[in-house]
Amino acid sequence: MSQEASSQSQRISMLKVLNPFHIWALGVGIVLVGEFMGWNFSVAKGGAYGALIACWVIGLLYSCVAMIDSEVTSTVAAAGGQYTQAKHIIGPLMAFNVGLYLVMAYTMLEAADALIVGDLMAAVASATGFHDLSPQPFVVLTISFLAWLNYRGVFMTLTVNFVITLFAFLAILALFIGADPLNPGHILKHSDLLTELPYGWIGVVAALQFGMWYYLGIEGTCQAAEEVRSAGRAIPLGTIGGILTLLVAATLTWYISTGLMPWQYLGQATTPLYDAASIIGNPVLQVVLFIGTMFAAIASANGCINDAARAWFSMGRDRYMPTWFGAIHPRYRTPFRSIIFLIPIAVSFAFTGLLDQVITFSILSGLLGYTFMSINMVKFRKMWPLDVIKRGYIHPFHPIPAYTLLGLCSLVYFATFLGYGASLLSIMAFYIVASIWFVKRRYQFVKRGDQFTMPWPRPKGY
Amino acid sequence: MSTYIPKVQSKKGQLFDSLFILVLVYVSLYIPLFLESDSKSASDTTSSQVISWESLNVSPVEQEQWQKLGFDETAAAEIINDKFDYTIDPVMLGITALVIIGYFIFMLRVSESQYREVIAEKFGDKTSRSEQEEQR
Repeated sequence: MSQEASSQSQRISMLKVLNPFHIWALGVGIVLVGEFMGWNFSVAKGGAYGALIACWVIGLLYSCVAMIDSEVTSTVAAAGGQYTQAKHIIGPLMAFNVGLYLVMAYTMLEAADALIVGDLMAAVASATGFHDLSPQPFVVLTISFLAWLNYRGVFMTLTVNFVITLFAFLAILALFIGADPLNPGHILKHSDLLTELPYGWIGVVAALQFGMWYYLGIEGTCQAAEEVRSAGRAIPLGTIGGILTLLVAATLTWYISTGLMPWQYLGQATTPLYDAASIIGNPVLQVVLFIGTMFAAIASANGCINDAARAWFSMGRDRYMPTWFGAIHPRYRTPFRSIIFLIPIAVSFAFTGLLDQVITFSILSGLLGYTFMSINMVKFRKMWPLDVIKRGYIHPFHPIPAYTLLGLCSLVYFATFLGYGASLLSIMAFYIVASIWFVKRRYQFVKRGDQFTMPWPRPKGY
Repeated sequence: MSTYIPKVQSKKGQLFDSLFILVLVYVSLYIPLFLESDSKSASDTTSSQVISWESLNVSPVEQEQWQKLGFDETAAAEIINDKFDYTIDPVMLGITALVIIGYFIFMLRVSESQYREVIAEKFGDKTSRSEQEEQR
């Protein structure tokens, strides 16, 4: 059966149907929920100005990620994204780890997104007189429905994501306009609400951990590389367009929220943008922000299912994980077994009751992936200089973005240590044990020569 | 270099491996509950004090916004007085740094040797190929 699946996946490939707008929708769709909730925990860590500094510093980190990713992915156009890059540039163990980072980061983010949808539905029910409605069935329903959408085809999945992500982004713009930004002091009261750094600069560093929420997941655009019509054009356009959209959305989100809410409240708010609309007191804005929050969470979960399934599928196809997962649906051309397998896992993550821990696992897995990217970029340029293989996009100022990324990642590890030191160590223990397991057990099933599939010349130095 | 023929894994083996990685994830999710060193602590206890907006050092505009959000001074005090403690334990910081750096060094070294096998199988053994070219 597994051999059959493997040979079947070699015969049937995924459909090349996506364009730059789908790539934008995948990247921004995963991330935008972070503007509606989550980013504001950085305010609790370092105050309002601390969160703004975190927004920009982490924005720089992700700009480096987008530049590096655009160059490498426009050259390594295959499902699995960074996982496939690691396989071709660094080696199997690194690739196995990167695959796990992707699956864990996206599946855990998906669980958190589904929890948000469940909580919002329960809140609506409570407001309309149906108290004590359990959010759990909505969590299961959300994940199952989105998994079904993913199962049926990538074009429809990401077209839906484009529509709901665009609505969510426009909701932030509507809130900004509704906050009357041209009349400071009227609705927005920055001069009265902004305070000095409550914990000094150490708080600013601590805020970097949750500053990741502004952009976490934008690198997911690479997962669709095998399904775009033109990877060299669509991936750079979609990714860089996505990071620019997020920089605008993040700055607006900070500006609106800090002008309406005391920083202590903002630092622990569950739905800060919806709260902002409530303070403004415009019922239409409230409805728009409620729908926007819901759409942002659904778009994020949808994109996460898409990306986690493709990373898991790619690992199965290469035998890093059981080959059974490496099958493509003969009709819908999607990695259907991986999509189905990850449904109960995401649901179980959502029901652990360890949301903090699940989110930290997701953030740290992303961070480990960014650390890999900086090493990967330096090696990529050394092993295949610019005149050796054609790139769809060449990012400027190399190696400055790679070294900047490495430095900023180190700072965020320190920030994570300040808030979640025990979690950091336990997550590292997971990746260390998994690595040993791969070397001692899984690697025996891996076909060595099949790990290099790109039509490139022999790498320099090997 | 001879081509490596990998073992074919049984269905039971595939199931075991999938479950193993899942169990590992759950264990690592629950470990921090036992090791918890939560940095958050309520530094100011307010239960014995009479709470007012003035005692919370809240300006009139802040007070107005708190009230718009549906908070009175007692509810707001719980949030305002909940503070983080950023005291750094240098030993734990050192251990954490060593673990992260050690992990990457281990991974890069093992990956390097595995990658050489991949390249040798894909492109042929570099040394033997150059020797053959020299003999010609």
